[in-house]
Amino acid sequence: MPGAAVTTARPEKPRVVLVIGSGPIVIGQAAEFDYAGTQACKALREEGIRSILVNSNPATIMTDEDIADVVYIEPLTIEVIERIIQRERPDGLLPTLGGQTGLNLAYQLARAGILERYNVRLLGTSMRTIELAEDRELFRTLLQEIGEPVPDSDIVETIEEALAARDRIGLPLVIRPAYTLGGTGGGFARTDEEYDRLVRSGLAASPIHQILVERSLLGWKELEYEVMRDANDTCIVICNMENLDPMGVHTGDSIVVAPSQTLSDTEYHMLRNSALKIIRALGIEGGCNVQFALAPRPEVVAWESEGVPALPYYVIEVNPRVSRSSALASKATGYPIARVAAKIATGKRLDEIENSVTRRTSAAFEPALDYCVVKIPRWPFDKFAFGDRTLGTQMKATGEVMAIDRTFEAALGKAIRSLEFGGRSLQWEHPDWGAEPPLHATDERLWALITAVRRGMPLPEISRRSGVDPWFVERLARIVAMERRLLAEELTPTLLADAKRMGFGDSQIGTLADRLPEQVRALREEWGLKPVYKMVDTCAAEFDAATPYFYSTYESENEAPPHDQERMLVIGSGPIRIGQGIEFDYCSVQAARALRAAGVSAILANSNPETVSTDFDTSDRLYFEPLDEESVRDLLENEAGANGNAPASIVQFGGQTAVNLARALHSAALPIAGSSADSIDLAEDRGRFERLLSELAVPQPPGTAVKTLENAVTTANAIGYPVLVRPSYVLGGRAMEVVQDANELVSYFAAALAEKTGVVLIDKYLSGLECEVDAVVDGDQVLIPGIMEHIERAGVHSGDSMAVYPPQSLTQAQRDAIVDYTTRIGLALGVRGLMNVQFVISPPDDPDPEGPGVFVIEVNPRSSRTVPFISKVTGVPLVQLAVNVMLGRSLADQGYSGGLWPEGHLVAVKAPVFSMAKLVGVDTYLGPEMKSTGEVMGVDVTFDAAVRKALIAADLGVKPGTSFLLSLSNQTKSEALPLIRMLHEAGSRLYATEGTAALVQGLGIPVELVTKRLNEGHPNVVDVIREGTVGAVINTIEGGRPGPLRDGFHIRRTATEVRIPCFTSLDTARAAIQALAVPGSYQVLPLNVYRDGEAGA
Amino acid sequence: MSEDARVLPPRRPPARLVLADGRVFEGVAIGVPGHATGEVVFNTSMTGYQEALTDPSYRGQILTMTYPIQGNYGTNRFTDESREIQVRGFVVRELTDLPSHWRGEHTLDAYLRAAGLTGIAEVDTRALTRHLRSRGVVMGTITTHESAAEALDRLRGEPDYGSLDYVSEVSVKAPFDFVDDRPWATPPVGDAPPSHVVVLDLGVKRNIMRLLCARGSTVTAVPHTTSVEDLLALAPDGVVLSPGPGDPMLLDHVVTTARGLVGRVPMLGICLGHQVLGRVFGASTYKLKFGHRGANHPVRDERTGRVYITAQNHGYAVDGDHLDAGATVRQVHLNDGTVEGIEHRSEPVFTVQYHSEASPGPNDTEFLFDQFMATVVSGQRPAEPRS
Repeated sequence: MPGAAVTTARPEKPRVVLVIGSGPIVIGQAAEFDYAGTQACKALREEGIRSILVNSNPATIMTDEDIADVVYIEPLTIEVIERIIQRERPDGLLPTLGGQTGLNLAYQLARAGILERYNVRLLGTSMRTIELAEDRELFRTLLQEIGEPVPDSDIVETIEEALAARDRIGLPLVIRPAYTLGGTGGGFARTDEEYDRLVRSGLAASPIHQILVERSLLGWKELEYEVMRDANDTCIVICNMENLDPMGVHTGDSIVVAPSQTLSDTEYHMLRNSALKIIRALGIEGGCNVQFALAPRPEVVAWESEGVPALPYYVIEVNPRVSRSSALASKATGYPIARVAAKIATGKRLDEIENSVTRRTSAAFEPALDYCVVKIPRWPFDKFAFGDRTLGTQMKATGEVMAIDRTFEAALGKAIRSLEFGGRSLQWEHPDWGAEPPLHATDERLWALITAVRRGMPLPEISRRSGVDPWFVERLARIVAMERRLLAEELTPTLLADAKRMGFGDSQIGTLADRLPEQVRALREEWGLKPVYKMVDTCAAEFDAATPYFYSTYESENEAPPHDQERMLVIGSGPIRIGQGIEFDYCSVQAARALRAAGVSAILANSNPETVSTDFDTSDRLYFEPLDEESVRDLLENEAGANGNAPASIVQFGGQTAVNLARALHSAALPIAGSSADSIDLAEDRGRFERLLSELAVPQPPGTAVKTLENAVTTANAIGYPVLVRPSYVLGGRAMEVVQDANELVSYFAAALAEKTGVVLIDKYLSGLECEVDAVVDGDQVLIPGIMEHIERAGVHSGDSMAVYPPQSLTQAQRDAIVDYTTRIGLALGVRGLMNVQFVISPPDDPDPEGPGVFVIEVNPRSSRTVPFISKVTGVPLVQLAVNVMLGRSLADQGYSGGLWPEGHLVAVKAPVFSMAKLVGVDTYLGPEMKSTGEVMGVDVTFDAAVRKALIAADLGVKPGTSFLLSLSNQTKSEALPLIRMLHEAGSRLYATEGTAALVQGLGIPVELVTKRLNEGHPNVVDVIREGTVGAVINTIEGGRPGPLRDGFHIRRTATEVRIPCFTSLDTARAAIQALAVPGSYQVLPLNVYRDGEAGA
Repeated sequence: MSEDARVLPPRRPPARLVLADGRVFEGVAIGVPGHATGEVVFNTSMTGYQEALTDPSYRGQILTMTYPIQGNYGTNRFTDESREIQVRGFVVRELTDLPSHWRGEHTLDAYLRAAGLTGIAEVDTRALTRHLRSRGVVMGTITTHESAAEALDRLRGEPDYGSLDYVSEVSVKAPFDFVDDRPWATPPVGDAPPSHVVVLDLGVKRNIMRLLCARGSTVTAVPHTTSVEDLLALAPDGVVLSPGPGDPMLLDHVVTTARGLVGRVPMLGICLGHQVLGRVFGASTYKLKFGHRGANHPVRDERTGRVYITAQNHGYAVDGDHLDAGATVRQVHLNDGTVEGIEHRSEPVFTVQYHSEASPGPNDTEFLFDQFMATVVSGQRPAEPRS
């Protein structure tokens, strides 16, 4: 309480601290927790505290062995963590940096008495605080006690209570499950039907079967405050943020602006006061996030505006931990929230912690921004064309971008350029939109809003219909007015300068003013219109700052002059999306580190606020910029300075985002480090690559690149169906499909042409075992750290496959062939640095039965998503080796040689993790198009133990005796017979759909028939899943092009929604059932113990 | 007017800001054409432009806002902190003509024009701030009709900020009883009995008087020239020495008045009032390089170690090394160690350098008014100092 003298006794500084990570990347819990955990471990080290880290996700910087003192890559379960505590005996546990996963685990550990048993103290946040913030009823009571308003609501644990709540408060209502992340299972109900569905899914999603049913504040302004508090009760606000989308859209799915734009000083501080009051009442020592709803206009609340200073607000939610928003706030302000939170948890006070940006002030202050920040979520609907694009309380975005500039319009323009959503600019319009584009909340609303402005809908009307504040709508109108000027007026230096200052990209200007982007660039050059770079310094230039963190703008003073040191640019990977995840950020961070270790100054460019790569101390200079040609060339020219000496760019680590820039940089005569643009093109241009493999006598599935349907049909007929079709130059298997016949080929082509994908690749589909390797090539030698064998056969995207290292079923001849082909390809392509090669082994329809049965199906001339995994399990520092190769040091110079690195004693299994429960309408079957959002690793000394751990970590663990629902396609029935017997022998009760039931009965195994025809009686497939009769599902489908409503869709969706494993590949199911059938347990050891061969069998 | 013409930034005539050290910043004219001269300072608060423009402590200064988008929520008649715009000139990166707020009445530009203020927009305010922080605050002039050389010539003829007495410009001419003219009252705080507080007006902000009223006081503001006898004749239960503009070394008469009041009535000194009391307690004052102006200034209470975020607006500070034995430094600025609060060891007199009344800025230290009211009611300094 302000005014009371509170001098708290200082808690004892812990000696050994356990940090729990957040596990795999899923929607609602992404790279921000790698960033938080990494900062926390570094902070602990600075304080002289030993850190023990556990996370199941290998694609993280925090699990690098130089970040924490001891690293466990193990499943995040109570049992595993208890064993770690037993072994390491920490005296503190940091529960607030691993997202909701970490917080929930800490809570459960405390509840189970484990922390007490081993004398482990919760740091930063007490049990009481976690309960107060997470238990809706306790939280509501607390807020009422301190006089903070909460919307009318009821805590509900049964359907009956839910109906009573509905009758008392009235629809529309918001449903929020307790203890879940990203609003999983919640939603917004307008009708009784919606309400019933959401109540059920919410109760299922909540680990304590509790939901909150709350008055809807749809259309109110939504604001967030990031608050910190230390043990001495000093409280500060790091950042406030305003959502462009009004209440009703999950904040993770909202376009967010920092600082708030439409709040008066009175309102800003009214909410600030409330946030401080709340963090004090909760007693948090560390960071906390408070979300508010603020009435936008008096008429909304029928308020007498003359008689009050401010309109009413409600407290919506509090997260007693670092969060996605705190990562955004950290990047938006330069204030490292997670680092400071970790230090506070060890007993430091805010004024005792240095402001690491200014290095002359302390952490006890509130950042002042002198720029505007815009965050836009990155949604996966480019992958999931059938997904429901409506936005609500359940988050759907996989990632986000942030942009900084001195005006809102310019920051928005750069944020859109950062999205990399199929080249979609702010001028994009949906072809179906008529005079009145749909203004309800979807991922496309921003474009709908601006289209509505363009079509002349009155601005107040747009604001009223969408609930978006007029301030934002008028800014969009200003952008449209500029579009009209560019269309109508001659392009003069003044007009171009105005457009650039408003954030228009060269390519947009080109489109509107009828020029090529390159011509616009040339005009800018001629007219001296270049961006300057300004610093993010936490203090609006009040103090000199030490941290070189820059954004571009069109103004006069440049604060980022080129420096003379040897330096290189690492191009990052942009927003996290399906197919391009945190693995690439891992590589970018490693690359920056390797450069610095080699004495080369590391420059980093990225647009993703969640990541470690955009942390202030990852690089020597950080450009927070869109990763498009214009921005990357601009910053390189800035670095080049007057003498034109631009640093070389490393494009291998930023996924396809960075590789795709190679050609443009090369054309602009900007140097590329490592593999040349031509090498990259040779690997990616289908025709050139095919010829190269033929010259090298490396076998590949027959196929070719085609541009027309006619050619496609001819090719497919020649090589025979099924064929694998995909567009050229994409990542993550976008729109990749297995096509069974000419009809499907025609429909695929129609869709591909609609998306203007241009060249389509057609290959013979070989269904064999799949393997892949990553390799470092220095021009003379090719080092392969290890071969990874996929559990699922070819046809499942490699990113969605489980993979095991070392391979379990390859012959020596096949291994030799893999090494031999990789070596030949690496040398012939002229790779300098990393590449990834994928193979099919021994396909049943092998076109060359005499050979070793190894076929190259894909080569990526860059770092792949398996690089963190293989680096960690083999101990070969792939990225570092590759960077040193680029700097001119051979593998031999670095103490390595070519060929296959000796296999270790461990077995490691990588398993994909999906976020399907959050994406309504998306089918969950595994196919050639990637769907997973993250991955986990299970590591042990035997294959079975490693698989078991991977499955447990991926939430696919099946307990012995679990009842199964089987629904198998005809193609897979005979193959499934041994599996069915195995299940029966393991004591599982079996339920099956019509055809499958007959098959099971034929084996003499008891089975219950469940109909899959939903309209023909009960129990049907949906009933047995929903009611919990079965605990797992095996459902295979016919090959071919699946639509959303085909056979089995309801089975898969329902299983996903009630969160039980649903295996759509017999290979995955077999691995899971085998691993569980074999008795025995698993070990829990630090990663290096497995790797060094010190773990007993 | 077409929609486009309405939403696009108006084509404003050019203007420039010329600093006495010769540095020139180009921009466009806002407010009324002409020229405006003053000491160029910057404020890092992200909200509160209307409160800042009307803060009398900015008298004689050209105010630069470091937050680049100004005018977002317009202006209204309830937000002024004094009877008029006090700044001499206004410098911004972007002045928006498209405000959005339920309480908004005018655009910021219209508000400036109505007050006859000359300002400049589209300035690289970050470059200006960096210049001021490294060089220190400097005299400057905004001009819409002169070349840089002409403006510089004119500027050289103007008196320096530090040589002028602005207090006499902003202080009330005769005593008046404060009445809050807003349609709502600041909600009552605490249950102190009715009291009478006299504000020695050196450039008071309305919110100081509102916060006193909310604590059961009737408030009378009196001119800076009021004598001890005239002031005591009003029978105050407490006296507030208000904030205000300019160099405290020019205010010997106020120092004399304040000296005469110590020991006879509970006193609170805020900002300039704090500096005056600092002089009463034997300290001298000095000019800071670029001052403290913003809403994010951390101040540590030396007894509790607790840090408060405060609103500040001052260019001078008290030299804490030469205080009398009778007074003690109680609060310091975390960034540069400047004296932020002084307390008398035996009398109910304390001071703060920052604006505990906020408006604009954080309300973290509003409790100081409760603390002051406790001394007003009891006539004693608090037995146990609170922070």
